[in-house]
Amino acid sequence: MSRIKNKFRDLRSKKEKALIAYIMVGYPNNNATIPIIRGLVKGGVDIIELGFPFSDPLADGPVIQNASMISLKKGTKLNNFFKLVKKIRNETNIPLVLMTYTNILYKQGFSKFIAKAKKAGVDGFILPDMSIEESKDYLSAAKKNNADTIFLVSPNTSNIRLKKIAKVTTGFLYLVSIYGTTGMKTKIQQYTINAIKNTKKIVNAKVPVGVGFGISTPDDVKKFVAAGADAIIVGSSFLRLIQKTQMSQLESKVASFTKRMKSSTKAT
Amino acid sequence: MKLPKNGRFGDFGGKYIPETLIPAIEELEENYLKFKNDEDFKKELDHYLRAYAGRPTPLYFAKNLTEKIGGAKILLKREDLLHGGAHKINNTLGQALLAKKMKKKRIIAETGAGQHGVATAMACSCLGMKSEVYMGYKDTIRQKLNVFRMNLLGSKIYPVKSGSQTLKDAINEAIRDWITNVETTYYLLGSAVGPHPYPVMVRDFQSVIGNEIKKQIKEFHTQVPDAVIACIGGGSNAIGTFYPLLDSDTEFIGVEAAGKGLKTHHHSATLNVGTKGVLHGMMTYLLQNEEGQIQETHSISAGLDYPGVGPEHAYLKDTKRVKYRSATDDEAVDAFLLLTRAEGIIPALESAHAIAEAIKVAENMSKSETIVITLSGRGDKDVEVVEEYLRKNVKNKK
Repeated sequence: MSRIKNKFRDLRSKKEKALIAYIMVGYPNNNATIPIIRGLVKGGVDIIELGFPFSDPLADGPVIQNASMISLKKGTKLNNFFKLVKKIRNETNIPLVLMTYTNILYKQGFSKFIAKAKKAGVDGFILPDMSIEESKDYLSAAKKNNADTIFLVSPNTSNIRLKKIAKVTTGFLYLVSIYGTTGMKTKIQQYTINAIKNTKKIVNAKVPVGVGFGISTPDDVKKFVAAGADAIIVGSSFLRLIQKTQMSQLESKVASFTKRMKSSTKAT
Repeated sequence: MKLPKNGRFGDFGGKYIPETLIPAIEELEENYLKFKNDEDFKKELDHYLRAYAGRPTPLYFAKNLTEKIGGAKILLKREDLLHGGAHKINNTLGQALLAKKMKKKRIIAETGAGQHGVATAMACSCLGMKSEVYMGYKDTIRQKLNVFRMNLLGSKIYPVKSGSQTLKDAINEAIRDWITNVETTYYLLGSAVGPHPYPVMVRDFQSVIGNEIKKQIKEFHTQVPDAVIACIGGGSNAIGTFYPLLDSDTEFIGVEAAGKGLKTHHHSATLNVGTKGVLHGMMTYLLQNEEGQIQETHSISAGLDYPGVGPEHAYLKDTKRVKYRSATDDEAVDAFLLLTRAEGIIPALESAHAIAEAIKVAENMSKSETIVITLSGRGDKDVEVVEEYLRKNVKNKK
């Protein structure tokens, strides 16, 4: 069974929802990533999404765009990414998901890339520009390597399409909470709450449903949990915190923010 | 017209887009397929193309240039005479009219040199709509005059400061806007690139160029031209020129920007030296490094300065139906000067790339043969760039 599946099973038995953290590898520099991961784990995060930078991140807002650009400027390459994953794997068994854009995998070849990533310790993939129409080679490569394929859905996704997407999704389904790019802070919209409820109903417990984009406070987390989300995904808020924190305090500051967010995922 | 299966031209094309855009893309495809064969729509578009944009454009026999080169008869398809000064208006009128039929209230567009932005602003004004245009910050500086033109025409301009601050980043930002305002907004993409159905739709709207050539060439006592040449950035004027003629035995040549040379990193010759990849919703050839990161490009003409290319061109390259060559900045400026002096026609620097290649090809053809060059735009927008180039290269050019 995959690490992600196991994790959700454990959480169910503890009556908790998952807190998923997104960070950009190599941001703000190469040495920061390990302390950040340690902070996340210490704070009780359930799953970590490792963002790998792409020059043209068209689904991302300014915070992740900026982090991608800095990471690339600091020399983040696939080789040091795979090494980093191995290093993380030596320390923790936490599920790791790679989030990047299709071209990064395509350029190396889906099979070759996924095999290599899986061997290093990556459990699954999120590609925001991969539609199910184009996913044939990606899906077969992932299946061959027992890697999870986490697809995204949106509040405007039709029910027919939701079912199709749920069919090829493993690990968890990523529901984008808003019309917009990552990191957009807005009040919680009624359409988002409706989308969570509808997605849960249509997916019918086939895979857990994670909600992400624009979630920044423990209060947001509580509201989405109350609406039925199985996992809450937080990205830009972590990057904002990382941006304003000194290197020496990264681990402890990340740990305490994680802890506050995580406590909101526990049943009250 | 044949539609590619699943929006694919062989391996190329497709729709690699965030899920939020899928309903919008499906709505667009459905409406496009409905209206493209709708008699009223076709009549209305034809009216605006004639009465507003100035179609048909002449196929002009460049007698002086022909004599100077001493080979094939050189004919110029004069898209430079269109309203706005470039072929872009063919596509913007078509898409703006479609957006209006779809009852979209808000139009967004990207622009590189500003020609597509200007053509969008014009088409929107003409049809009583408002437009908002994303433009790379660097391009807003390089093409100040076009920014002012768009402002005059009532467009709102957003300078894009992310990434390389040029066309590719303007496209990224327009897509982000579209994701955010997907229910109200129509994205009026300016070239034969992007996710399906854009490459097909833009090709069809630009095919008016090739269809006119097909009729007009008969005045020159031949059924089809022996060779047809057009410049390629995203490739919309080229695909619009080639597509209606593809089942003839004409030789087709697309010309990319070789910038400071194909051996340097300062060029935009995607089909000449690029590799397969996924960008802006499509699979196509890209200028990228071995890690799949998109590279910055260069060309003296901002309109060719793009690291990708339309997926149908990628297909036509692989099937060897079209030859893709390149012209350097230096060759383009030489051709710019040559045409200006020989014919009194100042071409856009983009189009000058096609002329540069055409001269080489025409030389080796016989006098009984004909070669058509699509003159995609006029060069008024480029005189400052050329003036600066000549000042810096004064010794070489005397």
